[in-house]
Amino acid sequence: MKSITKSSAKLWLTHFKDTLKYSLHCIVSPFDGFWDLTHEKRGSMGAANFLLIMTVLTSVWKLRYTSFVFIRIQWEYFNVILSICTFILPFFIWVLSNWCLTTLFDGKGTLKDIYMGSAYALTPYILIQLPMIVFSNFITYEEGAFYNYFLSFSVIWCGFLFLASVMQIHDFTFGKALISIMSIIVGMLVIIFLLLLFFSLLSDAIAYFMSLYKEISFRFY
Amino acid sequence: MKKITLRLVPFFGLMLMMSLLIHTKAASAEEDLFYTYTYDYWAIERESPDAYAINSVTLGSQLGIGDFNAPEGMFIKDNQIYVCDTLNNRIVQLSYENDKYTFVKEVREINNNGKTESLSKPYDVFVTDEGLWCIADYGNMRIVTIDSEQNVISAIYKPEDEETLEADYQFLPQKLVVDAAGRIFVQAQNINKGFMEFESDGEFVGYIGAAEVQFNIIDYFYKLISTQEQREQMEAFVPTEYNNIALDSDGFIYATIGTTDDSSTSSKPIRKLNAKGTDILIRNGYYDPIGDLQTGSGGGYNGPSKFTDVTVLDNDCYYCLDMTRGRIFGYDFQGNILYAFGGIGYREGSFRYPVAIGNLGDSLFVLDKEMGTITQMTLTEYGKLINNALSTYKVAQYEESADYWRQVLRLNGNYDLAYIGIGRSLLRDDKFEEAMEYFKLKLDYKNYSKAYKLYRKEWIEDHIVIIFTVFIIWLIFIFVRGRIRKFRREVEGE
Repeated sequence: MKSITKSSAKLWLTHFKDTLKYSLHCIVSPFDGFWDLTHEKRGSMGAANFLLIMTVLTSVWKLRYTSFVFIRIQWEYFNVILSICTFILPFFIWVLSNWCLTTLFDGKGTLKDIYMGSAYALTPYILIQLPMIVFSNFITYEEGAFYNYFLSFSVIWCGFLFLASVMQIHDFTFGKALISIMSIIVGMLVIIFLLLLFFSLLSDAIAYFMSLYKEISFRFY
Repeated sequence: MKKITLRLVPFFGLMLMMSLLIHTKAASAEEDLFYTYTYDYWAIERESPDAYAINSVTLGSQLGIGDFNAPEGMFIKDNQIYVCDTLNNRIVQLSYENDKYTFVKEVREINNNGKTESLSKPYDVFVTDEGLWCIADYGNMRIVTIDSEQNVISAIYKPEDEETLEADYQFLPQKLVVDAAGRIFVQAQNINKGFMEFESDGEFVGYIGAAEVQFNIIDYFYKLISTQEQREQMEAFVPTEYNNIALDSDGFIYATIGTTDDSSTSSKPIRKLNAKGTDILIRNGYYDPIGDLQTGSGGGYNGPSKFTDVTVLDNDCYYCLDMTRGRIFGYDFQGNILYAFGGIGYREGSFRYPVAIGNLGDSLFVLDKEMGTITQMTLTEYGKLINNALSTYKVAQYEESADYWRQVLRLNGNYDLAYIGIGRSLLRDDKFEEAMEYFKLKLDYKNYSKAYKLYRKEWIEDHIVIIFTVFIIWLIFIFVRGRIRKFRREVEGE
């Protein structure tokens, strides 16, 4: 019994390693890469989760450990939960909106596929920004052009990968992918609007019942 | 063990109570003592010891010459203070020595070629090195130059210039300065092309230092789509007018613009003009010199600072007088804020309607239009240390400068300039690592980069042997590993 769990854990670990390694292949040849990622089962949810967590951690570490020459933060007013949320919420809303709309556009991808593809598309962010945090501590303000160049390069690369992931996962043409990305962004805005509406109504409702309770309790005591 | 701890409990309790007592007392005392502040990197106000202490507030009647009535201008030179008592139609000369004012003379009437004429609403006066008074005679729409006997040397009326001045334009000079060559620079009412420049013989030369036109893109777009009638109703995009002018010891003109809109961050309300009229003020501070950075609407005063006057010290520090909140803002020659103090009110050291500021030695004089008072303040020990530190730095005595900054730090641990000043002097002494520490504390990334660059160079020079050794070892390692692999493969292949 014990040996079985051990070997299965080992198996899972090798699978995780292989799928994680696949992200490196994915970012350099995105069109083959994203096709095989879902259609040939070359990716795994474990690796996707790991990539997402690493991205979030990178974004936080970037604020914390980048040299103050490039990023200065008022730590008194810094909220780490908020900074994580500003990264992770748009990601999930993107995945959700992507799934909602591509279903209408005859997209082939499932919610799982979309999540995996989007997470794999974040790989360049980790690969470039993480070393850049260390690098920033060894350069001066005048040499900041390199730093900024690499940062924008990583973001552009990620954006391109997102496009490729939408194309390949849903089996879209380039034009259709562009149109669907635009509608996904509109869909994200709609979702955010609905969320805001929901929460403001919820807080109103809670306030209503609270005041009702207070009114009744004052009446009886 | 337990017993000892128990016995110590009341002792610690007593200590705690005592510390609470001391703390509250210190806090309340501080509030009363200081009303000076500075801004830090994050544009947050930081308490600061007083740089100037209020010495006296003087009314005209205390000098035996009757109260001032809405005085507009003040000029200070060689222990003499000249006050333009505008609505009393006179200019008063006071002598200031040993913390005391003495009345010297007042000028109401001038002798124009045998004809006696009276001044009408004099707005400003400038006294040249030869002792000639140049008066902005606002009510008579002219600029007159008189000698010490009140004889008119020359008078300048509205210049004949059809191109820029309309026929019905009234020449209303408000502020003026005279440079070393005798040229007169005038700020006149309703002139938005800059300062009017006159030659020493009174000939009109032109305008210098016109402020650029300000408009926002939304207004511009709105104007494009609106009809002719609508456009006429709208405000025209005109350059902002200057509202005061001052001369520093090198002959540069300092000019203030009292912008009323909220775009003051881009409007550069204080400028230093060279002979060509270009703005050459150095703005190297965390923020540009615009007065208050936090402009809430506390106490019924809102909006950005509105400068009415500026005075320049010999070490190129300049003090701007803000009308909105009655404050004085001190800046050094690099545009860093030194301190800000003052307020609107009736207390000593507050102003109702400050219009003019001047300096004399270690003193600052502020003229209040509504109260008709001259407030005189003197540099405190703290202010002197800052001034000394800046002056010694300017003449390249970095060691002395750092010593002064260290003394400033003892009085005010929040003072960013002191840290940066010490850092600079350490940098000159090739103590890069310590300098970096000081710069990092106050987030001065540009100076930090300078120090770091040198530090990095030094580090690499010191460790070049180790770096090369490691590099060569690494190369050998790779080479050997490749060889071994190849060898293995060959063996396995067989």
